Order: sequence, then structure tokens, then C-alpha cells
Amino acid sequence: MNAIQNVSNRRSFLKGMFSAGALVVVSRVLPESAFAQDPAVRTRAQSAPLSPSVYLGVDPDGTVFIVTHRSEMGTGIRTSLPMVAADELEADWSRVRIEQGLGDTKYGDQNTDGSRSVRDFYDAFRRAGAAARTILVSAAAAQWNVPATDCFAQNHEVIHRPTNRRLAYGALVPAAAKLPVPQPATLQFKPKSDWKFVGKERPIYDLNDITVGKAPFGLDVYRDGMVFASIEHPPVIGGTIKSVDNADALKVAGVSQTVNLDAPKPPLLFQPLGGVAVIANSTWAAFQGRKKLKVEWVDGPHAVFESEAFKKDLLKTVSQPAKVVRNLGNVDAEFAKGGKVIEATYSTPMAAHAAMEPPAAVAEFRNGKAEIWAPTQNPQAVQETVGAALGIDKKDVTCHVTLLGGGFGRKSKPDYAAEAAVLSKKLNKPVKVIWTREDDIRFDFYHATAAVYHKAVLDNRGKPTAWLHRSAFPPIASTFDHTAKYPLGFELDLGLVDVPFDVPNIRAENGPADAHVRIGWFRAVTNNFHVFAYASFADELAHAAGRDSLEYLLEMLGPGKVLDLKSQGVDYSNYGAPIDKYPIDTKRLRRVLEVAGEKSGWAKAKSGGGKGFGIAAHRSFNTYVASVVQVEVDSKGQFKVPRIDQVVDAGVIINPDRVRSQMEGAAVMGVGLARTGEITAAGGRVRQSNFHDFQVARMNDSPLQVNVHFVDSGELPTGCGEPGMPPVIAALGNAIFAATGKRVRELPLSKQKLV
Amino acid sequence: MVNFNVNGTARTFNGDEEMPLLWFLRDELRLTGTRFGCGLGVCGACTVHVDGQAVRSCQTKMSTLVNKRVTTIEGLSTDGNHPVQRAWRTVNVPQCGYCQSGQIMQASALLAKTPKPTDDDIDRTMSGNICRCGTYPRIRAAIHTAAGNGGAR
Repeated sequence: MNAIQNVSNRRSFLKGMFSAGALVVVSRVLPESAFAQDPAVRTRAQSAPLSPSVYLGVDPDGTVFIVTHRSEMGTGIRTSLPMVAADELEADWSRVRIEQGLGDTKYGDQNTDGSRSVRDFYDAFRRAGAAARTILVSAAAAQWNVPATDCFAQNHEVIHRPTNRRLAYGALVPAAAKLPVPQPATLQFKPKSDWKFVGKERPIYDLNDITVGKAPFGLDVYRDGMVFASIEHPPVIGGTIKSVDNADALKVAGVSQTVNLDAPKPPLLFQPLGGVAVIANSTWAAFQGRKKLKVEWVDGPHAVFESEAFKKDLLKTVSQPAKVVRNLGNVDAEFAKGGKVIEATYSTPMAAHAAMEPPAAVAEFRNGKAEIWAPTQNPQAVQETVGAALGIDKKDVTCHVTLLGGGFGRKSKPDYAAEAAVLSKKLNKPVKVIWTREDDIRFDFYHATAAVYHKAVLDNRGKPTAWLHRSAFPPIASTFDHTAKYPLGFELDLGLVDVPFDVPNIRAENGPADAHVRIGWFRAVTNNFHVFAYASFADELAHAAGRDSLEYLLEMLGPGKVLDLKSQGVDYSNYGAPIDKYPIDTKRLRRVLEVAGEKSGWAKAKSGGGKGFGIAAHRSFNTYVASVVQVEVDSKGQFKVPRIDQVVDAGVIINPDRVRSQMEGAAVMGVGLARTGEITAAGGRVRQSNFHDFQVARMNDSPLQVNVHFVDSGELPTGCGEPGMPPVIAALGNAIFAATGKRVRELPLSKQKLV
Repeated sequence: MVNFNVNGTARTFNGDEEMPLLWFLRDELRLTGTRFGCGLGVCGACTVHVDGQAVRSCQTKMSTLVNKRVTTIEGLSTDGNHPVQRAWRTVNVPQCGYCQSGQIMQASALLAKTPKPTDDDIDRTMSGNICRCGTYPRIRAAIHTAAGNGGAR
């Protein structure tokens, strides 16, 4: 494998995630009828006689098959996109069957992250449904020998308006299948007033299966003749095997052998980490064998990593001038004028994704081809990574996507699938790789630790006239280019360069940092620490000015406008969406704040004496969210969160119940991350290993009540999986200040003295 | 040799009796609704009932199961309509769904003992079950809903 070429491929892949490139792929999706003749067709949707799209087909019995090519990890996307197509088709939902697509570029992008499935595929699914409806109406009109304009589709039938004659969709399929697929430009979409599914609450497709234990996750895949593998990875990233003593491991009943796996060459990308695999006839035997394994390692250069010292270095980095990544006006000149100067530095630790289903995959290598079953957010990355690991064409890798027991960004990186593939090729039989929770916590692609410095000067009315902020964190870029010390552009675009305040002089800077563990994207990515810092700092300014936090925020935003970052030296990636269609509109940010004020009872909120209300708002993933958090802090500094209000403007909402659930979940996860989310390392080894020492939110420390409110919006639909997190974290810190007078500038909260 | 009962069916186990019940259910019976989450008994994803008590199957050795009755999510009801399962669907609790078998098994054991649980009861009983998606507010609501339905059978 040519490492340099691979880096550039990966970098362009990564940039594609957050650039217009993703949309180019989408627009290529139609015309889809070309694929109907593809011999590799495997979906029922495409083998159905009427299949005007890779996403949709109709059988003569009237069954509508809809393919979801995005991965289901809890957002409800497996239901939401089919709702869009079924609505345009005027389908009877009870006759819709949802199929999960294999990894395949014919679907366009499949990397289910960046909260963009709805944003990028809403139109494609509308077109799929509208195309099928149009053909069915034409077929009926031809059969009746009447103008198509006299016919309309309704609830799985075509109706001739003047005579009320009806033909069922299924009966029309044989004739409809012979008609040409209409050009996308000619399609007419249903007016909003006729929408039956979009905007209405609908239970997820897999709800019943989940409640009876039958929904299939990656860990639930079993193949005939399959063996089980548990892998001891080098404890320090980049480490290699010095010696292996497997004698005791082989004595464990059920263990058949051990396999040494090659260490990856940098950059690490999504490559397996190497180590020693224990192969057995059951999961338990593999785990037991692994406990008996004696391995000596050569640690390599990352053994120097000490997270405490690293944090001090980051704090030092942000105390000094760094690379300017946005500039408006002249902050230096403004600071030189004097006035009330406020400074603060914030820091946040590393965190692990810790999805409830640990990484797991099944691989079957046969006749030079690989078949993979995996809980993956990105089946095309599975094809690429497995192809590279086995030295075969990615087209010879078939990737089945199971349900995911959580993802949060971790399962976009298919190292575990490649492990299964490599072992299957070596052993010549199907292999299931199962990571333990300890493996998951110790060998994550971590949410980066960060430091952010802020400085502002206030005029005599308390409003900032200059604003400087500077962040440093080990970048995601390092996973794709091991020499990278600076982030890729998109990492800065998430809460650093897009601070929305109407201040005449703004400068954003970013400093370098080395990565000693794999850095990845975690739900909301760098927004989490950038927004914690800037929205806490804004609250600090409000208090310094003696102002109400909400009023002050609205004043800082100004009357509302579209932010022009280009003129300030920023090539803003805008989450991969075109900036003209999805501008940064501070009017919408104002609106979510105003609604949050109303709905939370902000005007009457009384903070103090251990009770506090905090507020923050942020646009991320093209979606606007404001959060009001209520806390109660007791005399020991323990806190509870009785209530959180989340206000969302995500444009047109497909399934309000699922957006609500994402906002609820983000509130719970945000509070948990702020409270206890911390990964530390010593000697290059991650110290935490399981849920006892990497603590996540539980029932008894989660918000008791999360109220989600929607701003009625006709704007283009945008994502909801991630944007609920960042403002919650900042609003929580602000609430703690309101309750106690103690300003939190460092996370996790469990390590701070709050009273 | 361990003779016991799983979801109404007699079972005999002849292997390593140190093995946790979780792996017998999953790898041998293919009752995959019982999930692996931590292997330490600290996440609750593997919760099943043994003689009606909620236990962590990842910490329950096969040797302890002689003549016991094990119920998994697949056997909680014959038709998937236990009041807790119904409440879970009414409230649309699941997001990814992975932990929900364990949540449902824990909640159904709670309601069997405490038909009208308070929020404190729910906190005490349910805090051993992690949901990384953060469905806790809905789990709480669903337990109250199920209690209103008459609680556990």
C-alpha cells in the first residue's frame, strides 16, 4: 500500500465529509434506473419490477421496498428517510418494508456521521417517492385512457377524479414497470398541506423487535463454522510485540490457537492496531485464553504520553500567540486602548465514545473475496479498509450493515472489521472479533483534550469591543497524517471560527498539539469544547457587565444577520453544506434563544442559594439549538439537574419524536460528559478500562425532565444527532455559576470543588 | 452438569461451570436479546431473571443455576405484550435499542415487587442499567406508564 497516496486519499475523504464534495456524490444519485439492470442487485427494492430508484421498488403485490443506506445507531434514520419517500409516494405505511443497503457507492455517501443524513438525502428520497408515484399515475391514466392530470395518487391507489375509479398500486406495477422513469426536473412534489408522514410522529421501524430482543446487532451475527477471536492490543499506540508466551492460553478448553497480528505503519488511519488474537470456539473461551496470554511489548515513541503534563502544555500553548484562523478588525489596537479586560482559560479532558455495543464484526473470506457483517457507520470505509488490509479490491468486499448498539462517531472507523477480515483470511474460516469493554475504552479514537483561552475588552456599557480566543487540541488530522500538529479546517469550523457575536474586532487563533493516541470524532466533535469555552465566556462577560445572561446574549448577537466569514479570512466548510443554501443566520440563533427564554420561564427564574439557571445557544451541523439548564447544588458540591429545555430550529422536521429523542439524549449525554467524562493516560497507556472508572450518565444523575421545543421552520431540513450537545454543556456550567458563584473553567465537574 | 430451565425449556449444561450465563444464552442458545456491555456487572445490558430476580448474566456462573428458572427478554411474555414491553412502545423509549432488553428486564422485576414505584424507587433500581443514548427520561416515563397499566403480572 502506498502510504502517501493513501494519506492523500484519506485526507480528501475526510475533507469530503465536511465539504461540498459530499453533495456532489448525492446529486449523482439520480438517474437511478440505470442500476435496475445491475446483476449485483441484491435488494428487493431493485429486483422489484417497478424500481425507479436505488432506494425504492414496488412489487406486484403492492409491497413497497425502501432501502436505507445510512446506518441506524439510534437516531431513527432507518425510519425517517423512508418516511420521506413513502410520503411522496402516497404509500400505505403498513405496506412499506425497509431494507438495509450494503456498502455500495451507488447509494452515494454512506458515512453516517456529521448529522447530515436528512440534510443530504431528503431530496433524493423525495425524488424516489415522487418518481414512483408519477409512473403509477401515468400507468393508471393509460389504462383508463384518460389524461394523467385527471388522476391522483392516494393511500396506495391511483384515483380517477371525475369517475372515482380506483386502481391499486400493486395492480399497476406490471404496466408501470414498462414506463420510463421521469426526469428529476419534471417531478412535482406534494404541497406541505398534503404531507402525511413528514412532520408527524412515527414509531421507529424496529421498535417491536427491540422490545422483544429480536433486533439484530453486530454482536448477534453467527455463521456456520465460525470461530471467536479476542485480541490483546499493544497497550501503547504504535507498539509492537516483543515476545508472546501462549502456553497457558492454549491450555484453556476451547482455545485453538493464537495469531500474531502485524502492527500498522503510520499514519494509522482505520488500520487494525496489531497484537495477539486468541482464537476459540466460544466468546468465553477466547476471553479466558486471553487472560492467560503473556505478551511483552515494545512500546514505541508514544509511551511518553502523560495526560496531566500534556494538559499543562496545552494551557501553555494557548497562553501564547498562535496561528490566526479568523480576523475581523484589529483586536490588538482595541486592547491597547485599555478598558475593562476579561480573560479566562478553559480546559476539557479526553473522552471515550463507549457505545453500549463494543466494536464487533464477523468476516468470511473465501475465494479472494470478503464478506463482512458489522455495526458500522460507514460500510464504504469497511470496504476500503478491509480491501487494503487483505490486498484485494474494495469491490470484492461485501459489507452488511447490522443495527448499531450506539455509534457516536466511533463506528465510522472500521479497524475491528479489518481485524476480523485479516483473521478470516489467515484461518480460512468465518471469524467473529469481539472487543471487550476494556478494549473499547483503551483503544478508542478519542474525543480530544483541549484548552481554550479567551480575552475580551468591554466598553462602558459592558459590551465587548474586541474578542480574542485561541484553542489547542490534538487534531483528528493526526489520524490521517501522523505528522499533523494542526487541525484540518473543519475542526476549527466547529465552534472556533464561527463564534456568532456581533463584535467589531474578533480574532481566532489555533495552536499546535501532538497526538499520542488515535483522535477521532465524537458526537458534536470540537464544538463540545469550543462552545463550552465561548458560551461560558460570554456568560462571564454578562456577569462582569452586571447584565441578565439572556438579554446580554441577544445583544451580543445584534439584530441578526448572515455571518460573512469569507471576508474575515475563513474558508468555512459549513459541515459540508453550501453556505448560500445554509448560511450562518444569527436571526435564527436569536429566535431559539428567545423561545428558550419563554419556554423555560427564564424571566421569572430565580438563581442563587444553590439553585441556578444557565443558558447557551449554538449553531452546529447547520441546526440552531438553545439550552436552558436548571441545577441544584448541595452543600457538598454535588449537583442535580431537575430540568433542561432544548429549543431546536432544524428546518423542516421529518419525525418530530425522533428529533425530540435526539435532543433528550444529547442533554443526558452532555450532562454526563461534563460531570464525569474523562480519559487520562500514563506512560502512553489509557488508565480507564470500564464503566466503573470511565463513568457515563446514569438514571440517578441525569436530568429528571428534558423538554424539547421546536421553532416552526420552513427552512431546509438539517441534522439533529449532534447539535443538542454543545449548548447543554455550556449552559450547565453557566447554571452552576448562577447557583453557586463558582465559575467552572475545567471539566469534568466531578473533579471541581463547586462550593 | 447443570440442569435448569430457560424460558420454560429444560436445559442441561456440561461445560465449564465458571462460564457466565450470558455466553451460554448467546453463544449456545442464540438467545441474543441478552446483551454484552461490560462483563463486570456495571452496565446492566445482560440483565435476565433468575427465579424472578433481576441478575446480571455476565456475573452469574453456570454452576449457580442448578434447578433455577431463567427468563430472558425472549421469554418475558409469549406475545411480546408484557405491560413493560407495551409501555416501552407507547413511550417510544428506544434509540439504538441495544441496552433496552436489560432495561426492560430490570424494570419488569422492579414492577413485580413494587407495582407503583416512585421516582426514587426508579432511580435506585434502574441506575445500574446504562443507556448511552440517554433514554432515561423515557424509561422513567415508561415505567410509570406500565405501573398505570396495572404493573407487572
